[in-house]
Amino acid sequence: MAEVVMAVHRGDASGGKTVEYKVPLSPGMVVLDALHYIQGHLSADFAVRWNCKAGRCGSCSAEVNGRPRLTCKTRMDSLPQDKPITVLPLKAFPVIKDLVTNVSWNYEVNRKIPAFSARPGTNWKMYQKDVDRPQEFRKCIECFLCQDVCHVLRDHGKHAEYGGPRYFVRVAGLEMHPLDGLSRIKGVRNQMGIGLCNITKCCTEVCPEEIHITDNAIIPLKERVVDQFYDPLVWIARKIKGTESGS
Amino acid sequence: MSEKFEVHEHDVLVIGAGGAGLRAAIEALNCGASVGVVCKSLLGKAHTVMAEGGVAAAMGNVDPADDWKTHFRDTMRGGKFLNNWRMAQLHALESPERVRELEQWGALFDRTDAGEIMQRAFGGHTFKRLCHVGDRTGLEIIRTLQDRGVHLGFDVYMECTVTRLLKDGETIAGAFAYWREQGRFVVFKAKAVVIATGGIGKAWKVTSNSWEYTGDGLAVAYEAGAELMDMEFVQFHPTGMVWPPGVQGILVTEAVRGEGGILRNRLGERFMEKYDPKRMELSTRDVVARSIYTEVKEGRGTEHGGAYLDISHKPGEYVKRKLPGMFHQFKELADVDITKGPMEVGPTLHYTMGGIRVEAETGAATVPGLFAAGEAAAGMHGANRLGGNSLSDLLVFGKRAGAAAAAHAKNTAALNVEQAQIDHAEREVLAPFERPNGEGPYEIHRALQNTLQSLVGIFRNENDLKEALKKIGEFKQRAATVHVDGSRLFNPGWHLARDLQSMLTAAEAVTRCALARKESRGAHSRIDFPDYDADWGKKNNIIVKESGEMKLRERPVPQMPEELKQLFAEDK
Repeated sequence: MAEVVMAVHRGDASGGKTVEYKVPLSPGMVVLDALHYIQGHLSADFAVRWNCKAGRCGSCSAEVNGRPRLTCKTRMDSLPQDKPITVLPLKAFPVIKDLVTNVSWNYEVNRKIPAFSARPGTNWKMYQKDVDRPQEFRKCIECFLCQDVCHVLRDHGKHAEYGGPRYFVRVAGLEMHPLDGLSRIKGVRNQMGIGLCNITKCCTEVCPEEIHITDNAIIPLKERVVDQFYDPLVWIARKIKGTESGS
Repeated sequence: MSEKFEVHEHDVLVIGAGGAGLRAAIEALNCGASVGVVCKSLLGKAHTVMAEGGVAAAMGNVDPADDWKTHFRDTMRGGKFLNNWRMAQLHALESPERVRELEQWGALFDRTDAGEIMQRAFGGHTFKRLCHVGDRTGLEIIRTLQDRGVHLGFDVYMECTVTRLLKDGETIAGAFAYWREQGRFVVFKAKAVVIATGGIGKAWKVTSNSWEYTGDGLAVAYEAGAELMDMEFVQFHPTGMVWPPGVQGILVTEAVRGEGGILRNRLGERFMEKYDPKRMELSTRDVVARSIYTEVKEGRGTEHGGAYLDISHKPGEYVKRKLPGMFHQFKELADVDITKGPMEVGPTLHYTMGGIRVEAETGAATVPGLFAAGEAAAGMHGANRLGGNSLSDLLVFGKRAGAAAAAHAKNTAALNVEQAQIDHAEREVLAPFERPNGEGPYEIHRALQNTLQSLVGIFRNENDLKEALKKIGEFKQRAATVHVDGSRLFNPGWHLARDLQSMLTAAEAVTRCALARKESRGAHSRIDFPDYDADWGKKNNIIVKESGEMKLRERPVPQMPEELKQLFAEDK
């Protein structure tokens, strides 16, 4: 049976190294199958986070040959097999062990976003054309690949002042919900630092759900920020009235 | 109580953060309780995300003739009248309101032209009844509940595994757990515990279930003295992927058939004509799974031992819009374009009808302070579950169990747990590290999976079941001496060593019940007893731990009141 060499990260918060394992190939095999082989046959304490193995839960994210991917949806036959296949943990988050990272920061960001709040007196009628847009955002499986690839988090480590693409998508889903009655635009600007995003579209490229993160979520939110905070007429009105814009 | 461990105290502790657990937690919070939710994975990853086709609720948005009575009737017929009638009734009555509630919390279902929630056809449902979001309904539900719960303020203990329930005398008083991440121990003090840990599919080889589905909740409840019921009824979903090998068992939603998908064998025959000419592909899951299995067994299977499922006669754009997940799944994992050609599918273990025996109204188990909801609880679905009745089940009974647990906590004085219980729980979990040598857990797990797959599958017989029971006994002995290497830091081998114990308890319960039930009914098919048996139709199998041994009992199926019996007058 054909074999392939998997070069995977082994280690914890104190450091680690890449360790190579030989894994037999089978038809249609995905990277997660190879990781499970290591776990089940070669090293039982090899840490991998996974759940559904069907591309639906977003647990098994890692960097395969340098690219953030869901390992359950990455076919081994899509990768060159004449050299080792590297699997490293997400770079934007601290390593706990092997391929498992501490993603708890994401849950902290989420907690700060005001929940859906229906406009008073709504009759709960919605039409498909009105829900098409927010439904795109609700496809998100929280794999955090977009967070991992975003240079604001990955290279600049601005976790404290930035929400990241995942949570811009979430806010967009709420803001564009046809019956939602809140505005989260001030928070997107001030707490979530959407201005730091310079629309390189890396997030859109890695999204396994093919959500148009930049075009459909981030840019419209940026436009709303501009409308509320930088519109010259609104600015003058604010100066005259002495009130602050946004909510 | 020991302060050697991290201790958390709540009125209500919910174990499991799928739909049932989250809905229970939200309700307990609404009732004023302080609530902790413990889950083995990250929040929002629970198996509910794998529910694709929809949530069944007789709203009548598409078929106005639908009503709770029809839904109730479909559920009882689907469950071959082994269901707890009161649960089926409450479920049919309350599910529309539970779905509307989700919408009010921000869920966005697909819409009808009139702006109502869209509903689709599904197996065993008389009317178009499944409210859905394409083929990712479960994700929508879990995200909605997750955000609702977080904003109401429950405490979530993620990646934390419960290994024992703690008791004060006969009453549940909390749980012992470990953090998967660091391997440290946690003691949860609680006046009520809700088990919402789902099913046991990971004990079989071909399953749509994730690694979490090891029956922990059932096992800890059983150890604490609770009764399990109907364990012989495990559902094989008719359509899982069969090729390539790595994806074997991954779910192919029933919505493919709901949207008009057709099943054919290798010869091109639409074989459901033979097995259920009236309902065809939308027959109940037990029937369709057996039909596919039979076609394959008799030599009419596809190249990789399945059946063809074809939706390519529908417009490609329609298929991509209504079944986007399936489109991508087959394209990326199997190189099949489902808008152009058929999928290959075969049965995959999907759901556990059996579970903890509970009271219909409250989800109360037979141990004071213990509650269960969703897949972990038994009774609602009887001998076979209809597709779409699981998401509605977890909403209806999650809410009820959460409310009852909060009420129980309010009426319970401070509890105390003896140190010996905690010490015992700690020793038990650490033992695999302390043995100098022994077998690894993965080998035993694979052996268990192969055994259940071949001996406790869709069709069963006495010899196979006896053989399975013998082997499970051997696995228990091997598991008692299991050894793991490495540290307690995120160590999957160690985690599996623990989960294996739960799977073995569940496997033994399933096999004992299957051996006892000498008839075929719903998901339980005995080759040696191929027909219904009127006496067995009046009995539920009960599993309980007595004097350290697994004991089997029978219990009469509760009888419907006369006015509900009238609904089935035409059946006779």
